[in-house]
Amino acid sequence: MALLEVENLQTHFRTPSGINRAVEGVSFHVNEGETLAIVGESGCGKSVTSMSLMRLIPEPPGRIAGSIRFAGKDLLQMSDREMRAIRGNDISMIFQEPMTSLNPVLTVGRQIRETLMIHQGLDKQAAEAHAIEMLILVGIPEPKRRVREYPHQLSGGMRQRVMIAIALACNPKLLIADEPTTALDVTIQAQILKLMLDLKHRVGAAIILITHDLGVVAEIAERVMVMYAGRKVEEAPVAELFRSPRHPYTQGLLGAVPRLGSSLTGTARRLAEIPGQVPDLRKPIVGCVFAGRCALATDLCRQYAPGLEEKGPRHVAACHYAAKGAVAA
Amino acid sequence: MSPPLLQVNDLKKHFPVKKGLFSRKSEWVYAVDGVSFEIARGETLSLVGESGCGKSTVGRAILRLFDITSGQVILDGQRIDDAHPSTMRQMRRRVQVVFQDPFSSLNPRMRVRDILAEPIRNFGLAKSAIDLETRVTALMDTVRLPREALNRRPHEFSGGQRQRIGIARALAAEPELIVCDEAVSALDVSVKAQIVNLLQDLQREFGLALLFISHDLAIVEHMTHRVAVMYLGKIVEVAPRYEIFAAPKHPYTKALLSAVPLPEPGAQRNPIILKGDVPSPINPPSGCRFHTRCPLVFDRCRTEEPTLRAAGPEQWVACHLEEGAAVASG
Repeated sequence: MALLEVENLQTHFRTPSGINRAVEGVSFHVNEGETLAIVGESGCGKSVTSMSLMRLIPEPPGRIAGSIRFAGKDLLQMSDREMRAIRGNDISMIFQEPMTSLNPVLTVGRQIRETLMIHQGLDKQAAEAHAIEMLILVGIPEPKRRVREYPHQLSGGMRQRVMIAIALACNPKLLIADEPTTALDVTIQAQILKLMLDLKHRVGAAIILITHDLGVVAEIAERVMVMYAGRKVEEAPVAELFRSPRHPYTQGLLGAVPRLGSSLTGTARRLAEIPGQVPDLRKPIVGCVFAGRCALATDLCRQYAPGLEEKGPRHVAACHYAAKGAVAA
Repeated sequence: MSPPLLQVNDLKKHFPVKKGLFSRKSEWVYAVDGVSFEIARGETLSLVGESGCGKSTVGRAILRLFDITSGQVILDGQRIDDAHPSTMRQMRRRVQVVFQDPFSSLNPRMRVRDILAEPIRNFGLAKSAIDLETRVTALMDTVRLPREALNRRPHEFSGGQRQRIGIARALAAEPELIVCDEAVSALDVSVKAQIVNLLQDLQREFGLALLFISHDLAIVEHMTHRVAVMYLGKIVEVAPRYEIFAAPKHPYTKALLSAVPLPEPGAQRNPIILKGDVPSPINPPSGCRFHTRCPLVFDRCRTEEPTLRAAGPEQWVACHLEEGAAVASG
């Protein structure tokens, strides 16, 4: 059975200029110990999806509908109190900005201790000892000194390690990582990615990785879901998605990224452009969400929204023209 | 042979930082500490490195957004680092800039028409009001924006469109060199591709030289002719694109390239994972600045600073190991 099952998730926001349908009918699942990447550009709803899973969307102006079943229970039906027992304990989260998501006036040790004392009922000494173990686990040198330091005394990479330590302190079953390496330099990103891969094997938590970086996806994801304008447009195992993307948007995304080493093999070519822009989510969208930017769009696409269809083993895409088994032109 | 378009000799820029509120003693950030390079007409030179390596400071020094501590910046044979404001004004036309953030680098109160007309008026490039109008509309065509957009203000545009306006503004002055300071870093993947293609087209069309400052190595490889790799205020390696990406010589360049995750699942890579963080430019390490993180460090690196030496016809490397290799093979 899947650890997390999301069905027809809709997260809408009331704004002065109409209802913003940030997430519109997204369904997916995550198995135990599996890594699912959610990929897309700004405004595609990938972060709103993750915030909805944690019920961190302020209501109002937000409204979450659908169902989010975690270990058999629907998170959307839970009381705030029950939800608090899940957050940081069974499901935890790493954010993009390690500078703004740690509390600047509390020591690093206190911030790791907090989750342990609340969720695991440890006393201060036991929590402190565990905090030091967590810092060792995430590879912070001199952990006994570092627990007494404040976030500003740490570098960006170290702060992200502390975030990971906090997130993993209670042995969560699901870890949501929202752009965990985007704010980091490339050599530090390599350190953090290696750490996440190591910890995945040691801790065994399922991971939802939210990113726009296709290199990071290829590195650590097992399955990928591509989002566009608040909808899921394609989902496939990672190797399959990179080898034969079916949705024109996914094809466009993969073609728009230059490959390192392309100048050496003579495969360098002009980057593929996706013309136009993402549609306004406050206006009703008729037909396929991508029709306005798609080279293959016909009247059919402009009138009827395509449903998600199976295009291969464990591979679905929402396109009228993505052929089964063959790579669309 | 004509001189290079831009020549930078031993450029240094140190910023003072106050130590404590009442202390008179100030420390120095050695942001750029002895950097030399050249850019030919129509060439793209990329400056790469991680945050705090001084790459943006180099760009700003060339634009003379501040006075430099020492060294020379020579544009077309003429020194601009100490030029008088009146001469500098004419030189500024020839070097323009595109910034990273398309949201904060355009004045929200100005219409696109005025944003583009300002540099044309400043440098007296238009002969008449009609000429000005022709130039402004031509710029919109060049960056592929609709002419109707001239009467709108920046907030009405998306990030990618704003970056096009920023590029049009830089082109308005008819420059020979454009400094692109992380000009595509803040953009989404699909929009980034549009702007990269546009910059390449413009370079070919107008014979522009670009100083492309970026931390995105895949984009750099796609765009550039030559690459200079910076670490803690120094250039550690300069070489043409092929040499940098096929046969990097400096251990830092090697680590940097190997750390980039490839968009190919299951690709065989053995990233060189550097230990620790970049040291502070306030107290840079003695000897080679990279020695605290270098996997190949030996005694000499801790005390003696390596200088840039030729490692190939156009490849220059600052590493003691390369010196040994050159002696052994030569």
